Amino acid sequence: MCRIGAIKSSDYVHPSQALLLMQSQQKGHDNSGFAMVMHDLGGIFKNYKHLPTLSLACTDEGLKLAEDILHEAGFSRVLQWVPETFHRPGLDINAMPNYVFETFNYPKQFRNASPKEKEDLLLDMRLQLRFALEEGDQGYVYSFWPDVVTLKEIGDPRDIGTYFNLWQPDDHFTAKVITAQCRQNTNYDIVRYAAHPFFLQGYTALANGENTFYLKNKEFQRKLHRGYIGFESDSQCFLYTLHYVHRELGWPLPYYKHVITPLPFEEVERREDRDELLAIRQSLTHLEINGPNTIIGVLPDNTLFTCCDAKKLRPVVVGRSDKMVVISSEVCGINEILPERDWQEDIYPNEREIVMIGQDLEVQRWRQ
Amino acid sequence: METMKIHDVTANDLPWKIRYDASRCTLCGSCTAACSFRAIAPKVERRRLVWSESEYPEPKSRYSAVPVIRQVKSIKNYCRGCGICEKVCPNDAIGPVRNLDTRHPIVTRCLAGDSIKRGGRKNLEATVRTLDKLRVGRISQMTDPSLDAQRHTFDMLAPFGRILPPGKLPFKVGADGRLEKDGQAPPVHWIYPVVIGDMSIGALSWRMWEGVAMATAYLNEQCGLPVRMCSGEGGVPVRLLKSRFLKYMILQIASGHFGWNRIVKAMPEMIEDPAGVLIKIGQGAKPGDGGLLQSQKVAPHIQAIRGVPKADLLSPPNHQGLYSIEESVQKMFLSFNAAFKFRVPVAIKVAASATSVSVFNNLVRDPYNIVGGFFLDGIDGGTGAAHEVSLDHTGHPIVSKLRDCYLAATTQGRQGQIPLWAAGGLGKTGDLAADAFKMICLGANGVFTGKLILQMAGCVGNDMGRCNACNTGLCPAGITTQEPALAHRLDPEKVAQNIVNYFLAMDQELKKLMAPIGNSSLPVGRSDALVSTDKAVAERLQIQYVC
Repeated sequence: MCRIGAIKSSDYVHPSQALLLMQSQQKGHDNSGFAMVMHDLGGIFKNYKHLPTLSLACTDEGLKLAEDILHEAGFSRVLQWVPETFHRPGLDINAMPNYVFETFNYPKQFRNASPKEKEDLLLDMRLQLRFALEEGDQGYVYSFWPDVVTLKEIGDPRDIGTYFNLWQPDDHFTAKVITAQCRQNTNYDIVRYAAHPFFLQGYTALANGENTFYLKNKEFQRKLHRGYIGFESDSQCFLYTLHYVHRELGWPLPYYKHVITPLPFEEVERREDRDELLAIRQSLTHLEINGPNTIIGVLPDNTLFTCCDAKKLRPVVVGRSDKMVVISSEVCGINEILPERDWQEDIYPNEREIVMIGQDLEVQRWRQ
Repeated sequence: METMKIHDVTANDLPWKIRYDASRCTLCGSCTAACSFRAIAPKVERRRLVWSESEYPEPKSRYSAVPVIRQVKSIKNYCRGCGICEKVCPNDAIGPVRNLDTRHPIVTRCLAGDSIKRGGRKNLEATVRTLDKLRVGRISQMTDPSLDAQRHTFDMLAPFGRILPPGKLPFKVGADGRLEKDGQAPPVHWIYPVVIGDMSIGALSWRMWEGVAMATAYLNEQCGLPVRMCSGEGGVPVRLLKSRFLKYMILQIASGHFGWNRIVKAMPEMIEDPAGVLIKIGQGAKPGDGGLLQSQKVAPHIQAIRGVPKADLLSPPNHQGLYSIEESVQKMFLSFNAAFKFRVPVAIKVAASATSVSVFNNLVRDPYNIVGGFFLDGIDGGTGAAHEVSLDHTGHPIVSKLRDCYLAATTQGRQGQIPLWAAGGLGKTGDLAADAFKMICLGANGVFTGKLILQMAGCVGNDMGRCNACNTGLCPAGITTQEPALAHRLDPEKVAQNIVNYFLAMDQELKKLMAPIGNSSLPVGRSDALVSTDKAVAERLQIQYVC
């Protein structure tokens, strides 16, 4: 069983908080990796929020390949940050030669383009980079998006933290929203892309669970959007459904829950909006999920939310203080970074709700 | 000595021989009275008894006339092996025995100059079915728990009606952030994934039909299972059309258009919409062949409902004048959609064949979004009468064809937009739940079944040539006859009870299959839940091969 966690804070926080959040939950899982996505960046990226940042793990050749492709497309680099790594014998990490975070300015012809055109361009570039780097295993492009960086690695999370010097808080590498998981995918091949969280066009999702409708989801999703590729993990489907429902269909977030875990027919019949709910179930039955799941998601506006499967087979807890809201598989993780909070206010989301953390850390509970 | 007539029909020419033990027979007459085919008859034999009472042989003889039961040696009244005589005999003195040396296919054609007709069972290829080579193999375990079939709730409903792709749903986001309907969408009904297949009121006895209709109503109103029943071609009693039970009936229009005059006339007085309209283009038992209701079965009430004289009623193998998907099927769909003011889904039923996927592909591209379902019928299905040659030698197995259609939809990203319903020998072994579950995993939204319903009612026919006399109007079980004396053998309440009980058992069994794969809603397209030990089957259906 996976452990997942997320932090949303009114102040910038360092990824060490995410490592701490996950560390106490380590017992029982296999320490096979660590991955995180940071939204709403501070530190060195703070002044470049409007420009896309590329998160890349690659070989030397892969780096050149990626930069050439981006330059050819007209992107110009405005910032590069290569985290200092500290390798020493005995560290359990299966590292790539380079970890690169580069911020680019848009090509000239796109500088006055609409947001949608820019977003499509970024997706197309990311796909192009992925395909180019896949040949010969030259690298992994996790995200290419404004105000977002992603780090994924295979190994023991403690050692990964040590390798990237992430245990030492500093002001350079911070964000207001961090989602993290300390485990590699176990259902399928161990590849870097398979580690949660997954990212697409501003949307991030991570999950603790098994998606027994994976095949249905996958078969349907791969025809829905060019960005729905990979399927290295069954829980990637949750991200694609979130992206499809919220961005492509333009439906408000509460409908995500109605798509993935529709209400039983008996309950729908009693609802005023029965026609809409039935229509959703009819058309999107292949995006339903079955099986035990807890999902944490982030929207492009940095809204954080969590919801569970229809039978509440997997745990999740939401703890909060004045300045921080933390979601975690286990309450011990929250105790680690919010020891002073009033634990009686912790929320244990049920099977029929979405807990949403909006702007100014306002926590809302939406009944499905 | 009488000259031997080589061309006389004897019992050895017929498919069944009567086993008779005169020493056990009490001559009660039950068997001859019960044989609806008149295949046995009383006869008097002249018997000679020789005896001697002295120490030396002094033979004496006596002649007596002994009444016995004998098989009728006629190609008209031949024994169908239904076993009713055996059922009614108090002394086990009589019964049919399969005759392996039968010359029936040859003799009958030679003498009658006509093709053999019989009820809808395929009597060839009695091999292991493809469905029996599949097993449910992906069992949820530690991290992905099985569900408890007794305690968890399951959403076991399937859509019937044209499903719009999500982007085309008539939605707008309202001021309060909720989706609101902003336009029209085709009607879709959520129904139980097992539909009682289309058997007409001409094919079945009125008591059988009443029993099925009662069972349907009871399942809906008392058991909470929204089971739908398809009327079959041939109309519906007006009383039913005007009743509230119409909402459980899918009205069929087939190529003969029988009974539609009455349906159309009853429309103004309908207090409920029908559950749907099914346009039958073909059926799996005799694809490319039409319906066949022989005049023996065209009883006065059938004449009234269909508005026809007592004559053979032959539905043509196609809808006359409808020869292309674009212009004809659509025209029909438009008119039938319009007739019920676009409130009733209209689906199409075709026979599984090498060309079914082409038809399906055409339909999923239908720009008017009016095809409410694709009913695909394979061999082994069908209950009606037909020429034996059609029943035995035409048709296509259902499993791979259903799979082809589903995968064709998947390739286009259009799965589910036209719900797939499949039939054809499902439940042949008696286990409909298993067959339905496997078909659903392979991509069906639901299944329909007809012949199994007859068997629930007490049909004695089987796939090895037993009975199958549905065409004659002499059904010994009273199921497919309009003869009052025979129909009265059937107790409609018992029929209803059997069907209800079977459905309740099947419902439980379906849950018992959904629970281990961890699904609480129908696993449509979850082919990863299935495995096969047959490599060819696994490859063809694109499922996991295990050994």
